[in-house]
This record gives sequence, structure tokens and C-alpha cells, in this order.
Amino acid sequence: MSTLSANLESANLDSVSHDDHAHAHDHHDTSGDTIFGFWLYLMTDCLLFASFFATYAVLFMNTAGGVSGKDIFELDFVAVETAALLISSITFGFAMIAAQGQKKALTLTWLFITFCLGAAFIGMEIYEFHHLIVHGNGPQQSAFLTSFFSLVGLHGLHVTAGLIWMTIMMIEVAKRGLGKPTVTRLSCLSLFWHFLDIVWICVFTVVYLMGAM
Amino acid sequence: MSFLGNLSLDAIPFHEPILVFTMSVIAIAGLIIAGLITKYKKWGVLWRDWITSVDHKRLGVMYILLALIMLFRGFSDAIMMRAQLALATSGAPGYLPPEHYDQIFTAHGVIMIIFMAMPFMIGLMNIVLPLQIGARDVAFPFLNNLSFWFTASGAILINLSLVFGEFAKTGWVAYPPLSELTFSPGVGVDYYIWALQISGLGTLLTAVNFLVTVFKMRAPGMTLMKMPIFTWACTWANILIAASFPILTAVLAMLTLDRYLDFHFFTNAAGGNAMMYINLFWAWGHPEVYILVLPAFGIFSEIISTFAGKRLFGYKSMVYASGAISILGFIVWLHHFFTMGSSANVNAFFGVMTMVIAVPTGVKLFNWLFTIYRGRLRISVPVLWTLGFMITFTVGGMTGVLLAIPGADYVLHNSLFLIAHFHNTIIGGAVFGYLAGFVFWFPKAMGFKLNEKWGKASFWCWIIGFFVAFMPLYVLGFLGMTRRLNHTNNPDWNIWLYIAAGGAVIIMFGIISQAIQLFVSFRDREALDDTTGDPWNGHTLEWATSSPPQVYNFATIPHVDDIDAWTEAKEKGQAYQTKASYSPIHMPKNTSAGVFMAASLTAFCFAMIWHIWWLAVVGLVGAIAIFIKRCYTNDVDYYIQPDEIARTEAAYNSSGNKELNA
Amino acid sequence: MLIRNLCNIALASTVLALSGCKGGILDPKGQIGIDEKNLIIIATVLMLLVVVPVIVMTLYFAWKYRDTQNQEIYAPKWAHSNKIEAAVWAVPIVIVIILGVITWESTQELDPYKPIEGKGEHLTVEVVSLNWKWLFIYPEQGIATVNELVFPANVPVEYKITSESTMNSFFIPQLGSQIYSMAGMETKLHLIANEPGTFKGFSANYSGAGFTGMKFNAIATPTQADFDKWVTSVKANANNLTHANYVELAKASENNPVAYYGKVDDGLFHTIVMKYMQAHGDMNKKHHAMGEHGQMSKKHHEMAEHSMPSSHSQGEE
Repeated sequence: MSTLSANLESANLDSVSHDDHAHAHDHHDTSGDTIFGFWLYLMTDCLLFASFFATYAVLFMNTAGGVSGKDIFELDFVAVETAALLISSITFGFAMIAAQGQKKALTLTWLFITFCLGAAFIGMEIYEFHHLIVHGNGPQQSAFLTSFFSLVGLHGLHVTAGLIWMTIMMIEVAKRGLGKPTVTRLSCLSLFWHFLDIVWICVFTVVYLMGAM
Repeated sequence: MSFLGNLSLDAIPFHEPILVFTMSVIAIAGLIIAGLITKYKKWGVLWRDWITSVDHKRLGVMYILLALIMLFRGFSDAIMMRAQLALATSGAPGYLPPEHYDQIFTAHGVIMIIFMAMPFMIGLMNIVLPLQIGARDVAFPFLNNLSFWFTASGAILINLSLVFGEFAKTGWVAYPPLSELTFSPGVGVDYYIWALQISGLGTLLTAVNFLVTVFKMRAPGMTLMKMPIFTWACTWANILIAASFPILTAVLAMLTLDRYLDFHFFTNAAGGNAMMYINLFWAWGHPEVYILVLPAFGIFSEIISTFAGKRLFGYKSMVYASGAISILGFIVWLHHFFTMGSSANVNAFFGVMTMVIAVPTGVKLFNWLFTIYRGRLRISVPVLWTLGFMITFTVGGMTGVLLAIPGADYVLHNSLFLIAHFHNTIIGGAVFGYLAGFVFWFPKAMGFKLNEKWGKASFWCWIIGFFVAFMPLYVLGFLGMTRRLNHTNNPDWNIWLYIAAGGAVIIMFGIISQAIQLFVSFRDREALDDTTGDPWNGHTLEWATSSPPQVYNFATIPHVDDIDAWTEAKEKGQAYQTKASYSPIHMPKNTSAGVFMAASLTAFCFAMIWHIWWLAVVGLVGAIAIFIKRCYTNDVDYYIQPDEIARTEAAYNSSGNKELNA
Repeated sequence: MLIRNLCNIALASTVLALSGCKGGILDPKGQIGIDEKNLIIIATVLMLLVVVPVIVMTLYFAWKYRDTQNQEIYAPKWAHSNKIEAAVWAVPIVIVIILGVITWESTQELDPYKPIEGKGEHLTVEVVSLNWKWLFIYPEQGIATVNELVFPANVPVEYKITSESTMNSFFIPQLGSQIYSMAGMETKLHLIANEPGTFKGFSANYSGAGFTGMKFNAIATPTQADFDKWVTSVKANANNLTHANYVELAKASENNPVAYYGKVDDGLFHTIVMKYMQAHGDMNKKHHAMGEHGQMSKKHHEMAEHSMPSSHSQGEE
């Protein structure tokens, strides 16, 4: 629910940029409002993650006699996952440069590459979760696994929401081109995407690196 | 799994006479209202001008209406509890069995805080804040409509629990492991979770919306340190919402996972840790009380300076004091559980931090006093509420500091002393503030003033009733009575329980007086008409436009050079000036997307509560689809033409000038 | 309003006087409770130094500067004074500093985990909150009771507290502090009765349907000999509390009558705590993070290790 709502929020803030035309006549920079609002939303999302991080920090020792991080984390696999997400941030950067330059085809190409990298990340995460669950290490087994699945899954849900949003944006760019509202929306999505990257770096460090040590 | 999940006819409590009675009353009242709307052909107006409105003033009115309805519900719970405890003395069982009584005190807490106080506060903020900063609307008007409907969805869910199933029997904090599936297998906790989750989302969106509004849309010349004090108070509250509500979202999500998917965040088994819930809950819950009370402080500041005919004393102190309260509000949460076995140093630290909050609060009280000093105080209804607050809240603050001393809390924790304390601050602080703001800004929102006589009657009933109802609870706390008892068997307590029940009845008369006040004022609205838009000789920009304001608020955006911008305009003779020409004003169109989205999500939540999985999918996908459709709708705005503006403004300015010359 | 306020103050003070002799926390019968009562009184008096002037000033200013009173000075633009602002910040700060010092010291002094000094050896009682009754185990005497707690006056008692199910709070108002009982953990409390008597005890944290009935009498016997006599009489009871019986006892029940067990299986309390504790893995870190007592977390740590071999099978139960 939380991630879903988070996604709704993000899209909400984005969508109402339409309404902001209302103030255009008062020399009001409306896309600035939207991006500032989106920033604020990201800060609240950050606190949502912080709560899950704190819970993970409290519960990760509580393995209930079951597996601990050392037993189940495969760093090589996660490193590839991480690389996919980090590179996708760079490719999104290229998409934004292309969008600022009003290059529609190039924007779409970079967005598509970003999408593929993000989808690869999610695919790998689903594989990892599936692997754990079929080996009897699902989130129901211990408080450690509960907090692990929730924290990583929360990030995964965010990325999935980002992918859906990206799909919609690709359709929008293809149909409507790169008008001002569209670029504003792309900027919000870009903020969202980079934000998820930063969160993932924390997840990777706190959960996987520190857990595997 | 059946088509309706776990929902069946057995879920409807036909065997509970009280609930059947309640349901019939609600049904009859609903039918009467629907009949009246049909008779006067108001369905179209209701839909076009209210339900789908993106106008912050109308949304504000709807928030307050919601708050008043929920006040009625929450107060009914309160008086039932007081009646139970007055009847169930000396070992008598009373009329409410635990399974019903436990739902009532849980519902009372949730409703009063989340669905009465919060909507009341947000409603006043909606009406006033954009006007005070000279804006035409909030930054994201559609989002504002959506936030309201999310809040209303939560309220609807919590009331559905009356008819279908049950509500939580956990107390409003819903501590695990009691709220886990093992000990609360019914749907009650699920109602709690989803009602809070959806309304919390609405609140969070409101905070983001108003923060952008305040930081980006102030009238030219209005620097941050020239913002009206109520706007400042709301801004601090919004910062607190943005910083604390995500924690509530997270902790509720964790409890959801525990209950639905057998996760182990807070369970006894498999290494879960209930203390984590308690910490996270109060990391939200403590800032929450400042979210409630800071805007009330802002209201008192506005009222006291307006009716004393003076500038607010120590404006900067007030702003910094609110900021200090906001920040300190985040580092005191542990005082809610000194008795959980933390070390002496930890308890002492949180105790001292809590006391430190008394400093900025004390400063505020003194600043209000020195605002009255050398003023000309008109003892009107809002002022009565304010004076009543200053006295009541001081007592509540004192008992709060007492509870902040761990050594005292070890014997007062969870006692009726605590109950008395927080009602002392929440009623005496927040609710008195909202009721003061209600009377103060009512003419602005509705165009006519409220009847003085019934307003005073209401005030006196409330304050006397408050003291009669809650001072005995302080005593009972000292006598060792703990909270949430279903019945008692101690002859020493009886007299105090009877007095407290009497107090609740006096408060009931206060609420009845308010209802009469609304009725009488509506009947006499022409005599009470506010033609100038400035009935109290106000100081700030919300009084610089007609009552109720035009949809665009200000024909031309004012330029601000002073905290009391409207006082300055009146002194310089710039008030009620008709401009030679106006520019067209661009406004957002109303939209039904918000109410449909919220309805869809309500269906989703209801389906989750009853495990009706197909409906959950439909509700969720429906909400997202409506939302995406809204994003790609182009027809969202329109222009108001200069000639129309000129006509409206001329009428307003002429009546304003008449008043000025008189 | 002035009159009503005076009435309130008068009422409040009568109330204090009244309640002084009625078995609540202002009528303490144990050292901890007495200290806590004194703390409450001192803090209240200190705060009244600010509270009373504020209330009086509110009423006085509202009366003096009311708008029908036209001879007073009217200064509509006066809104700032360094002197007054310094004073309004300084006064609360001074009071809070004094209160802060008192708080810091009293919190160390009244720490529920701190053994009571100078009164000799502690008697140990293990307390378990069940749905919805209290189980008291006397490990040194090898007996147990339900919903009745007996100990000699003037002997300090160490309570080791846990819960079988939901969270409760173990509280005997006339003796002083309360502390939560939580499943899978052990909290501690030290209390003493200064005189013999029967005091009311109960759960001070709502725990579900039968919560109201979670009451017990805490009986302080006049002498150690009386207590020993009571122990002997309980021991004569044929009723034993074994691990198996405990499972029966732990089932939910309301308004339980008092029950006595002449013999208790060794380590029953430990088993109850460990039932969930083994699931916690290494509690050590968490407890430090949460500011829990070092002593306690160390104990948890040992217990956790101790139980490791059996943890798997228990986890599956």
C-alpha cells in the first residue's frame, strides 16, 4: 500500500501541473512549483525508507534460529543488479539531456534503454526472492527475513512503479512530443529515478555488504 | 473463498440493540437529508459546486463539516463511556460488555484525533491560509480535492465498521502483540489500519501541497518574516506532517504485512519486536499532537491581536518558539513509555527534553498576555475561547511537565491522570482553538456572523463541562485508577466517576448550543450579514476581500509591506480601491476525478478488510486508471473575464467604503 | 470566571487533602512510593510558581484592558520590548533548569532496576502476566500463586517480570513504580512495603477483553515469620505447577480466583521467557541501541546462547 500510494503521490504532483496554468498570468513559475512539490514528496518517501531501514537495523539479528544474511546473500549477483540500476541512472541522465535539447527520438531511445535496465534489475530481484522462498527462506520464517524482504521489496515496488510511469511517459513523448509539461514530468520522473538509485546504494551497503561480512 | 470474501450477514450486528438503534438513526437521518436535497433540487449544486470543487475555501468548509459530524460520533462514544463507568461501579457490570466497550474507547480516540481534530485543523487552514498569503488558490488544487476525499474515505471506513463487523478492540494506539492476528483475529484492527492509512495519505498530500503554496505563492513583498502568524503556525505543522506521517505509513504497512502475510515485525514468535512498533508509533504520535496544537496557537494569536486592536507582541519570538516546539517534538517520543525498562539515563534525557518544550510554550503564553497589555480587548466569543484556553492549557501544561518526570510517570502512567492531562491539552488547546477559529472565520467562509448569545452559551457549557468532567479524572489518577477499565469496584472512586459523567453532560449542552447557534444564525443570516468582508476590523489579508470571497480570492494580488498588511492598507487609505481595469484570471476547473479515485480506493480498502480479493484488484486498478486519465485530460482550466471581475468588485468596494466612512 | 477558577483551585486542594487518606498513590506505604509522592509534590509546587501568576495575569489583563474601560493606556503599535522578551524566555528557562536537575537526579534514584539499598537481602518473585491473570513464582521457596502476592513488610522485593502473551504493566500503586511485562523479555522492578497491609495490584496496560479483571491483592505480612508460615501453608497444597499444567493455566480466562501451587517445576519462568527469546537471536545489540539495561541484555545474551541447540525445534512448535 505504501509504495503504491507513494507512486500515486508522485504522479499526482506531476499531473496537476495542468492546474498550475492557473497562475501563469501572475508571473508564476509553475513547473518550478511542481518540481519543488515533488522534491518535498521525495523527502517524505525518504522517511518512509528510513523507517524500514531502522526496523531492519533492529530486527536483522533476530534470525529465529534460521538463516542470517551471511547464509543467503550472493554478492556477485547483487553487484550485477546494482550495476544495472546505477547505469540506468546515467542513461536517464542522457534522456534528460536529449529532452532539454528537444530531440524526441533520442529521448525515447535513452528512455527505452533505461527501462530495459530497470526491468533487468526488477527481474533479478524477483529471481532472488523466488529463489529464497522456494528454499524455505521466505519472509514468514523470521523477523530478519521479514525486514529484509520488506525493505528490499519496498524499493522494488518503487522501481516497478517507476517503470510503469516510464512506460506512460514514453507513450506521452511519442504522441505529444516534448512540450513544457511533458519535460516537467520527465524531470520529476528523473528525480524519482535518481532518488531510488541513492536508496539502493544504502540498501546495498547496509543490507548486502554489511550483512555478508 | 466466497464471492464476498469473509463478509456475510453474520457480520452485521443485529444482536446489539445499541448498534441497531445507531444504524436506524443514521439511516433515518440519511433519508431525511437525501429527501431534502431532492425536494429543493440541490443534487446538481452539491455535485458541481461542492463535491467536485477544487476551490480551497469550499474544501475547507467540507473538511469542517466532516469534523463536526465526526465530533458528534466521537462525542457519542465519549458519553457512552462515561455513562458505562458511572453505572458500572461497585462491581456492577454496567450496560456495555467489554467487547463493545473496548471498541468504543478505541473508536473514540481514533475518531477524535484523526477524523475530528485533523480535518478541523486542515479545514481552517484550507479556508484561511491561501487568503492570508494573498494567493488565488493552493499550488495543486486537484490534489487538494483528492486529499479531502481520502480523509473522508477514512471516515467512511471507520463508520462502516459500525454496520459491518466490528472496530478494533486495542485502544487507539493498537500496540502489538495485542493488535496482531493471534490476539485480534477479527476485522477490527483491519478497519483501523486501512482507515488510518488512507486518511494519513490525504494528510500527507495536504502538507506537501500547502508547503509548496506557502513557499512559492506568497503575495509580492511578503517575506517569510512578514507572513501572518497563523500561516507560520500551519507551516510548522505541515513540516511536522511531512516529517512524521511517513513513519505512520510505514508502521501501519508493517502491521498490515504481519496480519495479512504472516510476517514477523512485531509478533511474539520468530523474533518479532513489539517495542519497535511502540517506538515508531510514537515517533509519529508525538509530533502529531504538535500538529494539532500549533495551528490552534496560531488561531489564538490572530484572535488576541485582532480583538485587542493591537499588533501581536513578540512576533519573532512566536515564530521561533513554534519552530523550537516543532523540532523538540521529534526528540521526546520515549516519554510515552518510560515504564518499558529503558535505562535511567535514557529516561532522564527524554524527560528533560520534554520539559524543555515547556519553555517555548510558556513564551507563547506570555506573548499573548503582553498582546492584551495596553490593548482594547473586545470580549467576543473568539476571545472567550482564547481566555478559556490560556487558563485551561496552563493547567494541562503543568500536568504534562509532571508526567515528563520519569519518577512521577512511574506511578501516573496509564492512569486517569494521564487521560485528564491529554484531554486538558487537546480540548483546552486544540479544540478550543478550532472552535475559536470557527467563530472567527465563519463570516469569512459563509458571509454572515454567528449568533453571539448561543456562542457564549456554548463556550460556558464547554469550559465548565470540561472542568467538571476532567478534574475528577486527575483525582482518580491519584487514587490509583487506571485507564480503559470496563467496570470498577472501589467505593472511593464512585463520586468522582459520577461527577465526571455530569461534566460530559454539560459538554453535551455546549455542543447542542453550537448546533442551535448554527441554526439561529442561518435563520437570521440577513441581520448578521457581513457586507464588508472585514467584520472584526482584522489585520491580515483574508479580511481584504469579500465574505465569502470570490472564487479567485483577489481581483488583483495585493502587495505586502507589513505583517498586518490589511491594517496598513486601511491606514494608508488603500482599502476598497476599485481598479480602472482588471486582467483576466486563469482558474482551475472542478473535477470529479478526486471523488471517484477516493471511492475506488475506499472499495479497495473495504475489500482488503473483508478479503474480497477481486474487489481489491478492481478498486486499486480503478483508482490508478482514473488517475492516469486525469493526467491526460486537457480541459482543466478557464478564464474569468475583466468585465465580470469589475462588476463583482464594484459591489464589494462600495459596501466596504460605506462601512469605512460610517 | 475568576470565581470559578478559585473554586477549581479550592477543589483541587481539597481533593489533594482528601485523597491523601484513600489508598492511592498519594497514600504510599512503601519507600519508593513515598519518594515518588514527594517528587510529585515538589514538582507541582515549583510549577505553580509560574502557573498561578499566568492564570492571574490572564484574568487581570483581560479585565483591565477590556474595551469598555477607556481610561487605560492604548498602544496599538507596541509589539516589542527586549526587556519583557528576555524575561518571558528567562523565567520558564530557570524553572525548567531546576526541574531538569530534579528530574535527572530522581530518575537515577528511582530507577526501577536499581536494588533497594540498606534493607538487606531482596526476596525474588517472578511475575508472569497471562491472559488475564497474574502468576507469581517464588523461585527460592519453590511455590507459586495466581492473583495473590505475599511478601514480608520491610523486606525489599525484586520482581522479574515477563508476559506470556500481550503487554501488561505490573503495578501496585501504594508501593510505587510500575513496569511493563513483555513476552520474550524480562523487565525488573524493586519495591518495598514499609508497613504491613493489603494493597491493590493490577495491570496498568490494557491487554484485551479480560483486562479489567486482572487484579490481585499484594499482602505485606507483619514479619518474616508470618511470611514463612504462609509459605509453609502454600507448600502443603497438593496442587503442583508443572510445565504441562502451565499450558492449561496459560489459556485465556477472566476474573480468575486466587490459586496456590505447593510446588513449581524448576526453571519454569526461564522457559516462559525463552519460549520467544530463542527467536530473538542475539539481543545484545538491539538492547544497547534502545538504551536497555546492560545487565539485562547481558542476561538475554547468555540465555539466547544457552538455548541455541534447541532453538530449531522450538521454533517450529
